[in-house]
Amino acid sequence: MAKRQIEPLLWLLFSAGGVLSALLMPSLVLLFGLAFPLHWLHEPAYARLLGVLRHPLTRLALVALCTLSLFHWAHRFRYTLYDGLQIKHLNEIVNTLCYGGAIAGSLAAAYLLVRL
Amino acid sequence: MTGRSTYHDYHPRWLRPRMSTYWWLGRRPYVVFILREISSVFVAWFVLYLLMLVRAVSRGAGAYGDFLDWSARPAVLLLNLVSAFFIVFHGITWLSLAPKAMVVQLRGKRVPPALIAGANYAALVVASVLVAWLLLGGR
Repeated sequence: MAKRQIEPLLWLLFSAGGVLSALLMPSLVLLFGLAFPLHWLHEPAYARLLGVLRHPLTRLALVALCTLSLFHWAHRFRYTLYDGLQIKHLNEIVNTLCYGGAIAGSLAAAYLLVRL
Repeated sequence: MTGRSTYHDYHPRWLRPRMSTYWWLGRRPYVVFILREISSVFVAWFVLYLLMLVRAVSRGAGAYGDFLDWSARPAVLLLNLVSAFFIVFHGITWLSLAPKAMVVQLRGKRVPPALIAGANYAALVVASVLVAWLLLGGR
């Protein structure tokens, strides 16, 4: 029964993560994933990047982005396995791995960005 | 849906046709649906990638340089190329589907869906410019 009460919260996290990742990730993946490694653009100098990352608003934004995007993944991937690949008998394990992974990743994100 | 279903003798057999695992391959909208769902895997990968970057920066300039070298390896580049495709695909479909999920009323009239999608795209542009300005601006 506890599961039923938590379901609306999970949908809320799913959509909040969907919005944040839709807004922030395209530019970040194009820059850090392609443009900097391929030298289309100069990567930011170390001191500058450290300064940007240490700003309280950046830390807050990145913790929110990581946490909500991970819950977005957990929720969506769980239903992909359930509806898409029809994996219904492993429900408990899938749920534990998805949401457990999201919780672990969120804690790691908070730890890394607080300690930075 | 209350509790577990109970089974007992002589219960009529459920009529539950088995769906193929590949039911979504048959029609284009189904394939697009599954691709949207799969995009979440690359969103999760990119969170990990960002966290590896943050960890490298926290360890000093040398570690940051190592991360940049690692990010230029062919396997990592390929993964990020695929991720970029799926993340942009997720961004576009998510923002344009938002008005269908969210019906906004203003003075008793429905706000046109195109306006909400347009506002979403404007937010995407503002967010992207902000990210680019923070990382590249002021040289």
